[in-house]
Amino acid sequence: MLHIVNKSATERSSLESCLRLATKGSAVLLIEDAVYAATKGGAAAAKIQAAQADLKIYALGPDLAARGMAGRVLDGVNVVDYGGFVDLVAEHSNCQSWL
Amino acid sequence: MPMVNIAGKEVEVDEEGYLVDLSQWNEDIAKYMAVEEKVDLTDAHWEVVNFLREYYAEYQIAPAVRVLTKAIGKKLGPEKGNNKYLYELFPYGPAKQACKIAGLPKPTGCI
Amino acid sequence: MSDMDMEDDGSGIVKKFMFLNRKAPHGTVYALEGLEVVLITAAFDQDVSLVFTDDGVYQLMKGIDTKGIEVKDFSKTYRALEGYDIEKLYVDRTSMEARGLTEDDLIVDVTVMSDDEMKNLMAEQDVVISF
Repeated sequence: MLHIVNKSATERSSLESCLRLATKGSAVLLIEDAVYAATKGGAAAAKIQAAQADLKIYALGPDLAARGMAGRVLDGVNVVDYGGFVDLVAEHSNCQSWL
Repeated sequence: MPMVNIAGKEVEVDEEGYLVDLSQWNEDIAKYMAVEEKVDLTDAHWEVVNFLREYYAEYQIAPAVRVLTKAIGKKLGPEKGNNKYLYELFPYGPAKQACKIAGLPKPTGCI
Repeated sequence: MSDMDMEDDGSGIVKKFMFLNRKAPHGTVYALEGLEVVLITAAFDQDVSLVFTDDGVYQLMKGIDTKGIEVKDFSKTYRALEGYDIEKLYVDRTSMEARGLTEDDLIVDVTVMSDDEMKNLMAEQDVVISF
């Protein structure tokens, strides 16, 4: 399963719910305002780091750059471009968008 | 939105005649807009038009006339940074007319 | 904004307006729309304060590059506010620190405020508009 989260973790609970309910081995792709969670020093950083034991975490590069966050990505988070986004969707048999 | 043919190129403008895609702007478009606005482009006009394009590149906004006047005064001197000078060049509003010729959107807060 | 109707002669009442920015840029349209309202308000010669709190602090990040998502980079416009005589920019320290940011990460000069200072600033406003 590919989980896609697009809301800021400091404004909505969607990332938290996603991390709580995603099964081991799933992929989580952070896009739009959710990419802040994958950056160093933020409140959600610890949650992402803890989740990395069981989940593969991805973040969309153009959304990081548009928010001035390209240089602050947490270690172990995979940054993908739009092509990588398409690949992730194609690789997984199903995906869930946390709106 | 309406399309107009300028020097053999189709460009899109909004209902008030402002260029929609400012990356399309060139001198032919400026000259076309100037004719529409009944402005005879001189070097003095170009100085303001070019100033506006630089302002937009730096701040991503078309300045209100008060702000434009002040900024021109700072850069080009008080003899140009005043209403009299700018309204002589652009009688129907320096921000409005010069922005149109410069290919910028209508200034925010311009009524 | 009917209060502004009485300002026609340009010598009317000046009220204290606070614009409270609480949203990250780009993900929603609030940040950009809020900025437009601030620029329009500047034409009415009111006493304007801009506050950035919660995810709103992210609006002021340096080094924003929006080419990849094909939207306007309005972070540059915050630097034009001085020319509009809007010079009171405040950032909530609690929100800034919770996001691992410092003043050096921000594109404009701001006054960083403690919770108590922010409370007082909010309490003394005539109008607070939240985006």
